[in-house]
Amino acid sequence: MTAEGKSLTVNCSAIMRVRLLLFAVLRDIVGSDEQQLDVAPGTSAQDIWSALRDRHSRLHGYVKPPMTAVNLEYVAPETILRDGDELAFIPPVSGG
Amino acid sequence: MSFLTDIAIDAEALSAEVCRDSDGAVVTFSGFVRDHHEGRQVESIFYEAYRPMAENEIRRVVESVAQRLPEVRMAVQHRLGLVRVGEASIVIACASPHRAEAFDACRALIDGIKEMAPIWKKERSPDGEEWVGWQGGGRNEE
Repeated sequence: MTAEGKSLTVNCSAIMRVRLLLFAVLRDIVGSDEQQLDVAPGTSAQDIWSALRDRHSRLHGYVKPPMTAVNLEYVAPETILRDGDELAFIPPVSGG
Repeated sequence: MSFLTDIAIDAEALSAEVCRDSDGAVVTFSGFVRDHHEGRQVESIFYEAYRPMAENEIRRVVESVAQRLPEVRMAVQHRLGLVRVGEASIVIACASPHRAEAFDACRALIDGIKEMAPIWKKERSPDGEEWVGWQGGGRNEE
């Protein structure tokens, strides 16, 4: 997984592009499995979650995301996102 | 080799894969879809994964067990998609010169994978279907 995704924005350094992936129950609630987000520098994973929560009533009980991954690694929700990041919110896992 | 598969798992083949002539023990664990969960009848389970991350996390669990128990050879297959009652959703095979390490590794693998791998199951029952672990499993409103 490369972190140096090519940005589509040419001359606007103030916007970063983040790819948000949604799985399982979160995909069902939000209604899509992937979103391209344009975000400002300094935006955290928690900020994205809070915006998602504001839009979907079934998420209102979840002030914090269940678990968060950036570029395939678990991270703290406070993690600041970078241009080209792949962000995923991980509902409670139930494999095995 | 991938730890995830979309087809039925061959437990015998997995055991054969890890076993050498120097091994005195092969421990296998098979996790099956059972016909009930918390009082509800279950017909099948649909498994979904964040595939590249699940591969990484399972590999990480395997590597951490291998570091602690270097003499154990391990194989893991986790099934995705629709798995019916009586079919295996996961099979783990651990081969070792002695049984204690093989049991130890097998237990550590299943526990680690269940905790870390981004894999989800949706239970299908006669009443409908539901993702496991969401309702009441993580609400964190103050």
